[in-house]
Amino acid sequence: MITIRELCVDLGDFVLENATLDVQNGEYFIILGPTGAGKTVLLETIAGLYSPKSGAVWLQEQDVTTLDPEKRNIGFVYQDHVLFPHLTVADNVSFGLKQRKKSKTEIREVANWAIELLGISHLLKRNPDTLSGGEKQKVALARALAVSPKVLLLDEPLSALDPETRESVQQQLQDIHNQLNLTIIHVTHDFEEAISLGDRIAVLAEGRLAQVGTPQEIFRQPKSETVARFAMARNIFTGEVKDGDDESAVMDIEGTQVTVVTDVRGKHRASLRPEDILLSNEPVHSSARDSFKGNVTHIVDRGSTIYLTVAVPPDFVCLVTRRSFEEMNLKEGGDVYVTFKASAVHVF
Amino acid sequence: MGSSYLREAHITVKGFSLNKLTFTFVLLGLVILLFIFVPLFKMIVSSDASILWETILDEEVRDAIWLSIYSSLIATTAGLAFGVPLAYILARFDFPGKKIVEGFIDVPIVVPHTAAGIALLFVFGKQFFLGKAFGVFGIEFVGAVPGIVIAMLFVSVPFLVDSAKDGFKGVDPRLEKVARTLGASPVKTFISISLPLAWRSILSGSTLMWARGISEFGAVMILAYHPMIAPVLVWERFESYGLDYSRPVAVLLILVSLFIFIVSRAIAHRGKS
Repeated sequence: MITIRELCVDLGDFVLENATLDVQNGEYFIILGPTGAGKTVLLETIAGLYSPKSGAVWLQEQDVTTLDPEKRNIGFVYQDHVLFPHLTVADNVSFGLKQRKKSKTEIREVANWAIELLGISHLLKRNPDTLSGGEKQKVALARALAVSPKVLLLDEPLSALDPETRESVQQQLQDIHNQLNLTIIHVTHDFEEAISLGDRIAVLAEGRLAQVGTPQEIFRQPKSETVARFAMARNIFTGEVKDGDDESAVMDIEGTQVTVVTDVRGKHRASLRPEDILLSNEPVHSSARDSFKGNVTHIVDRGSTIYLTVAVPPDFVCLVTRRSFEEMNLKEGGDVYVTFKASAVHVF
Repeated sequence: MGSSYLREAHITVKGFSLNKLTFTFVLLGLVILLFIFVPLFKMIVSSDASILWETILDEEVRDAIWLSIYSSLIATTAGLAFGVPLAYILARFDFPGKKIVEGFIDVPIVVPHTAAGIALLFVFGKQFFLGKAFGVFGIEFVGAVPGIVIAMLFVSVPFLVDSAKDGFKGVDPRLEKVARTLGASPVKTFISISLPLAWRSILSGSTLMWARGISEFGAVMILAYHPMIAPVLVWERFESYGLDYSRPVAVLLILVSLFIFIVSRAIAHRGKS
């Protein structure tokens, strides 16, 4: 288990403040945040490459806050691989084992294990600069895994790869994680990557941890506008929550009375995901639903899916498949009904 | 396709008006090239082979050239031992006053070398602190090989430090970080990652320093006129016997320096993609 307590890192132009986290053994933990949010610094601090100003890092019941990185037994993989350019693939993979003064047979056995695991045995004699991006990333992973790290730290491991390679490496990460029951902390700015890989996600913004939770929690119940934006909720409203009929609540958003499910009252914010909104040419009536007539003001064609902005007011960003878009004959300037469950609106 | 047109123009001289500036620059550059080339070439080709051979057989000349070579080699070794760590610190860390330190390193290049020699004399002379301290161990600088070495070290070490610094700067610090996470200590990381990746720059800096040390005259002459290094010998023969006697020694010295320089260039460029 990795425990991070009130960690502060001060790098002059960058400050990480009061980061507190618990990562369980065998967990695939994602740190999600925009570029410059301090994700790499957080990872490098866990690895011991930066000394924190205050706070503590615990690794498997041991306080490692002041321990040298070489004594922590942590695997680290950077976005752009960072392979040793003067060493062959085989020597890159066995680098960590050689530092541990293992016997030659043991080095070969363990290195082979890592090489087989990543399926890179055909690359052993190659120099790093002759490899493709995906191959490099696999070598970097094999190099980190060869030392049997207590935890694997991945800094945007998929971001530098082309989409096809990214998918296969992502799958491989998932497989390795399951197979080895390895604790992984994976940093990314890609929300979809976070959702599909993470057991839990921590959202890091401007040097602070904004929210920690399961993908579903981050996805459905963002606690702040930053998290909601990062989770691509798209629809973020501000309004007054009042008592409605039958113990329900109503939120006044730009004059439109939206039925919501919440205990809070007063001025609050709410998020609503585009894919939770149903578009129809006729009004939909149901007690548990909100339905409003609006005007299509903007259409963004993404190929198989299409984003529409519907002004009620407020503006609702909605997502439809190309098929329904064509069937409904939607056009800019046309009228349409937006309908969503009261429970789909997340008030925070 | 503007760039390919330009490239074509350069080769065929078709777009001549377009390259007026380039053409002017080539002419001006040629002046410098000839200015360097002609005196050296003329001296080498106009020297009589038999006189040159005679000069090689002259023990005083051989001793002087050999003294130049090995004194400079000692200076370079000292430069490696003390300058490479400094270069690494300058390449890796930011600290207040770093720019001043970096500028300071290059001061020996701009100081007149006779003045540098005088300054060294004020520290390493018999009646001064370091001179006295070393004197306890029987090491004297004035009029001795150690004096030649420190004079060479002073004027040539900036070349090694600057080159090594550039070399270390070219090594991604994250390579060192990864090595640390893989279990390598700072020393191990330096030896197995930073040094091998910067060695080409260090090596070319070393040969440049070595060659620069061999060619040093002013600072060495102030500290140690005797034993005589090759440039001092050239000077003495010129002063005492005139041009004809100094020229063969000068030619030999130029050939030796050129050889070292060419080797250093070859090493620095070998395998560069």
